[in-house]
Amino acid sequence: MCKTDLEIIDILENNSRIRPEQIAAMLDLEVAEVENRIKALEEEGIITKYLTLINWEKTCQETVSALIEVKVTPQRGAGFDKIAERIYRFPEVKAVYLMSGGYDFSVLIEGNNMKEVALFVGTKLATIEDVQSTATHFVLKRYKQEGVIFDDKEQDRRLVISP
Amino acid sequence: MKNWSDKLSPAVKDIPPSGIRKFFDLVSETKGVVSLGVGEPDFVTPWHVREACIYSLEKGYTMYTSNWGLLELREEIARRLYDDHMVKYNPRDEVLITVGVSEAMDLALRAILAPGDEVLVPEPCYVSYSPCVSLAGGVPVNVHTTLENDFRITAAQIEEKITPKTKALILCYPNNPTGATLSREELMEIAKLVNKHDLIVISDEIYEKLTYEGEHTCFASLPAMQNRTILLNGFSKAYAMTGWRLGYACGHPEIIAHMTKIHQYTMLCAPVTAQMAALEALQNGTEEMLKMVAEYDRRRKLVVKGFNEIGLSCFEPKGAFYAFPSIRNTGMTSEQFAEKLLVEAKVAVVPGNVFGENGEGHIRCSYAASVENLTEAIERIGKFLKNNSLCQRCG
Repeated sequence: MCKTDLEIIDILENNSRIRPEQIAAMLDLEVAEVENRIKALEEEGIITKYLTLINWEKTCQETVSALIEVKVTPQRGAGFDKIAERIYRFPEVKAVYLMSGGYDFSVLIEGNNMKEVALFVGTKLATIEDVQSTATHFVLKRYKQEGVIFDDKEQDRRLVISP
Repeated sequence: MKNWSDKLSPAVKDIPPSGIRKFFDLVSETKGVVSLGVGEPDFVTPWHVREACIYSLEKGYTMYTSNWGLLELREEIARRLYDDHMVKYNPRDEVLITVGVSEAMDLALRAILAPGDEVLVPEPCYVSYSPCVSLAGGVPVNVHTTLENDFRITAAQIEEKITPKTKALILCYPNNPTGATLSREELMEIAKLVNKHDLIVISDEIYEKLTYEGEHTCFASLPAMQNRTILLNGFSKAYAMTGWRLGYACGHPEIIAHMTKIHQYTMLCAPVTAQMAALEALQNGTEEMLKMVAEYDRRRKLVVKGFNEIGLSCFEPKGAFYAFPSIRNTGMTSEQFAEKLLVEAKVAVVPGNVFGENGEGHIRCSYAASVENLTEAIERIGKFLKNNSLCQRCG
């Protein structure tokens, strides 16, 4: 992993639709080299997926998300990873983090409504053998995600021409 | 009053309004324009700076400061200049906080010029230098830099224009509008000349941090130059703080004392709110500033490559955030070109002639714009050149 690769992923992380030609120009590289590097980054699993950030609150689709604090008993020999896998395999689970502090896993769950999420926690998550307890926190509003402020009121206020 | 015209100062009447004004009106009336005509960062001031300013207001920092500016800010500036360039200024009497470099430039000129004194002004350059020299009673003497020399001023060009009346030389590198920078060696040659002819140098280093190739050399850091230099700098470009209007001047205590005299009677002090924000920017803003600089550098390369690909010959700017491509081969003046480009392609650029007569044949394109807008602008200009059979590469 060299500085050039880091620059490429830095650019792509902000705009995955930017063309290799543009990246090449910005970093003073040949287009073919940029394409090869991106391909290698994909193969190494450093670039894992190209996603689109959506402000669901502006759509007609109702979704509910919840952050669940999960306390577990780590398994002998497998530690936390085995339990984490049992949790993250569920498609309802969007993210799982191992945490320091008062609980072990932070689990992000998305569903169509509160009932669906509550049901998932009650029947699937809390019933996993090594899970001691769960605490569910529903998300009320998203202000910022992936570094992007939703409904940003800031705009280009500069004069169109200035010396 | 019947006729204001008779009552106006001839000195002011003689000064032409900035050429940028006329073009500004034209651009403002056009819809759907992608503008490369903006001479300021497209970033908003970093949030931590704005937040610190809000906090200062909450704490009641709403009063005058000393004429010189907040001592804490002057100390921080002196510390930074020493860290970056090994130049030592005493924050107590060698640093003056001003309302932008614009005010500092005016103060410097007014403090040194006697009627008829000549000031050497390398052109193309920022629009205010020559008018400010005139308003201060001096005579601006233009020194023309050229594309052939990448718009770098040479000691020989300067020496040609030196007369017994020459008092000062204005330098602005990295340069607006050309993006040119000067190396330490080139500046050393100029320094020798300055010594030989006993000149003062007013060095406007507002684009200092936006140097992409090589290191910026502070003119005052050259041997024996600190004593002869009035160093001007500010927060507008590096920290995206144009609207805060905050700059500073550093120099020998005597010149700073005289500049402060004018400043105290005309301005009293720079706004405290902006001073508090600038303090935060200096203390905690380096990381974010470097990020912005890295982003400009990428865009710089994108724009230079883009222009050259569509057949608009463009030398590579080494600093600031402007490209200054040549449009000489089109046979149009830069004003004609800029107007036609605005009307037909809806891209705003600044005609080069507003930065001095030898800016003619060029347009200034700011790359302080998003990658999307830059790409769109380059595409539009490319089509424009093709439609008008102006593409210099395609013939």
